[in-house]
Amino acid sequence: MLSIEALTKRYKTGDLALKDVSFSIERGQVVGLIGPSGAGKSTLIRCINRLVEPTAGAIRLSDVDIPKLGRTQLKTMRRRIGMIYQEYALVERLTVMENVLSGRLGYVSFWRSLSRRYAQKDVDKAFGLLERVGLSDHVDKRADELSGGQRQRVGIARALEQDPELLLVDEPTASLDPKTSRQIMRLICEICREHDLPAIINIHDVMLAQMFVDRVIGLTAGEVVFDGPPAELDHAALTRIYGEEDWREMRKAADEAAQDASDAAAFKAAEEERMAGTV
Amino acid sequence: MSEVQAVSRRWRRPPVLIRNDFWRRAIYSGALLYLLLAIGTLEVDWQRAYEGLERGARFLQGFLTPDFTSRFDQIQRGMVESVTMTVCSTMVGILISVPIGLGAARNISPLPVYLVCRAIISVSRAFQEIIIAILFVAMFGFGAFAGFVTLSFATIGFLAKLLADDIEEIDPRQAEAVRGTGAGWWQVVNYGVQPQVMPRLIGLSLYRFDINFRESAVIGIVGAGGIGATLNTAMDRYDYSTASAILILIIIFVMLAEYSSGYIRKWIQ
Amino acid sequence: MPVWQTEQGPAWRHRTTTAQWLHWLGWLLAAMAFVFCWQIMTVDTKWFFVKDAPSQAADLFSRAWPPKWSYVNTLWRALWDTINIATLGTLIGVILAVPVAFLAARNTTPSHLVLRPFALFVIVASRSINSLIWALLLVAILGPGILAGIIAIALRSIGFVGKLLYEAIEEIDESQVEAVQATGASRAQVIDYGIVPQVLPAFAGICVFRWDINIRESTILGLVGAGGIGLQLQSSLNTLAWSQVTVIFALILATVIFSEWVSSRVRKNII
Repeated sequence: MLSIEALTKRYKTGDLALKDVSFSIERGQVVGLIGPSGAGKSTLIRCINRLVEPTAGAIRLSDVDIPKLGRTQLKTMRRRIGMIYQEYALVERLTVMENVLSGRLGYVSFWRSLSRRYAQKDVDKAFGLLERVGLSDHVDKRADELSGGQRQRVGIARALEQDPELLLVDEPTASLDPKTSRQIMRLICEICREHDLPAIINIHDVMLAQMFVDRVIGLTAGEVVFDGPPAELDHAALTRIYGEEDWREMRKAADEAAQDASDAAAFKAAEEERMAGTV
Repeated sequence: MSEVQAVSRRWRRPPVLIRNDFWRRAIYSGALLYLLLAIGTLEVDWQRAYEGLERGARFLQGFLTPDFTSRFDQIQRGMVESVTMTVCSTMVGILISVPIGLGAARNISPLPVYLVCRAIISVSRAFQEIIIAILFVAMFGFGAFAGFVTLSFATIGFLAKLLADDIEEIDPRQAEAVRGTGAGWWQVVNYGVQPQVMPRLIGLSLYRFDINFRESAVIGIVGAGGIGATLNTAMDRYDYSTASAILILIIIFVMLAEYSSGYIRKWIQ
Repeated sequence: MPVWQTEQGPAWRHRTTTAQWLHWLGWLLAAMAFVFCWQIMTVDTKWFFVKDAPSQAADLFSRAWPPKWSYVNTLWRALWDTINIATLGTLIGVILAVPVAFLAARNTTPSHLVLRPFALFVIVASRSINSLIWALLLVAILGPGILAGIIAIALRSIGFVGKLLYEAIEEIDESQVEAVQATGASRAQVIDYGIVPQVLPAFAGICVFRWDINIRESTILGLVGAGGIGLQLQSSLNTLAWSQVTVIFALILATVIFSEWVSSRVRKNII
């Protein structure tokens, strides 16, 4: 489906962001891309739709080599790749519906998009998607009136409106609270399964990744250092990805969060018991 | 997803600027009506305008061959007058603006002082430089002095207002803390207010220097000295080459003033 | 603010000795510049006239007051022209300024080497020259009348609107643009969906703001023959009819206050 061979990216400043990255993804596979910040996760997925120009290597989606495409062909390719962003990247001052319909821009003519006269089937599809992500009541609201979780749902609907063959997801939960994060991750993964859609998800939260994805790729300083099912992601592998110290820190923070959660649950249970006792 | 597909629903883009139906229609049709009326009552002598095109070509020719030399004396005198007028009026303007600006800030001035200072500001802002210049030329006679008084007066309206607005927006806790140490009015202004507004005051002063130079090129048209007077004379004589030389000089000086003041502002902050 | 050690323990002063000297030197230079400029500026000044100014002012006032209110009835047509000059001029200026702004903004210009410098030059040239000077030139070319005024206002507005608009375009959130690009949108579609919605409120604000300024400026364009109420002002000044001048000033003031009110209302509602 998607195969990446010897992908290298060197920025103009001389920083080597990606070193010889190779892997391939099957139809319907959801891949979690983990690694410390600055490891090149964001660069990697932006190279795939060429928001960042790769320096060397091949990226093949259904046997089309993306880095070799000309401008017009690139546009046609981009509409086949949906993208979901960390800060939602919605056009804040357009309505929810316009944002979702903007997923069709690669398919429609300029005048049609300017006058907002989309084909009825595009509009139907948008309504369907908004219903799927639970935003049917917010169609004509402006995007900046929505909460973070709702905005990310619009972002998901926009990406799917493109009829994508591949989904690129850049830190979908980084600006969300833990509960919403889980909901959004579940939604993305469910949709991928419904459509048999492959996806690459950049994610810094290892636990969240393990919970939802089929396969994990660990990136450190631009190199792939782990590639396998989430179950194989053990202490040694994580140390390799994050480095001894950082991984310990992360785990401690996670443990504390879990402890807090269980403490809260215990407190609530005790409280309920006491209430029951007084009654 | 096809199983949750909604029934065919139409969608139209909601109006962008004015969402209320009645107001949108009223404002749009009002604007259209006005536009038709305005264009309909336009009195344009197209014949004369058409003939002017030939003169325009001549002007363009003159503009492309600017002549700095044959009236160099007048150009130089006009330029020197403009620059000196700008320097003096900006400095005097700042000196007068600061006390008026302090007086016009409600959070540090008593009501009577506030009202007087705000009144001065309003008078200065109500009329533009050229109208003020007409009055001052009538009072002081033709020449750079009237221009100097005009620009100083206009500077007050600009600087004192923005300074006062700035002071009214300072962080009151800092001033309160200074007042809490038992400081007198001057000390509160010096320690609690001045540090907060100083960078912007300097920036605004430089900006006003810029504006004063531009204006000094205009008020000459009504007799208040400066390069504008020279330009006016050149135009009266149909001496387009000299006029274009003056225009080029104005553009260069304005750019210089703008870039250097922008540079200094960045350097201060 | 330096602290240093002395025999009595640490001492503190507001500035170091050098800084203090530089501080005074700065003030000295400023004072010298002022005196220098003042002397050059006042070489040709007739101090007799300056001393005479208070009595001139008193004389002026006595002739200007009471205003000849009946004169206002001959001004309505000129006022209508003035408003039209400002509005139509703003309209034309804005229409011309939009493409210039898109060519000048770093993130939308199609060519950094040719078109961007050209657009920036257009903006600077238009901004450096006051609309009264534009009017002076245009009256010479097109002859006196309202057309010269409209074009003068339009030419001056290009620079103002163009500059503020291109700055607004450069300040937009690039991630929204990137997201639109990633859907496979064409350049024009990226502008329509990614950029226009972000700058539209700023744009509307800028236009109304410029319209307000243009109303002010169009009141005086008549001084050089470019139509509007300034023509009446000029002829009243020429005949020293100060009581009519007062009426004209009052009318200009009312118009300016009205346009300022409208513009601040509209801008408040946009934001």
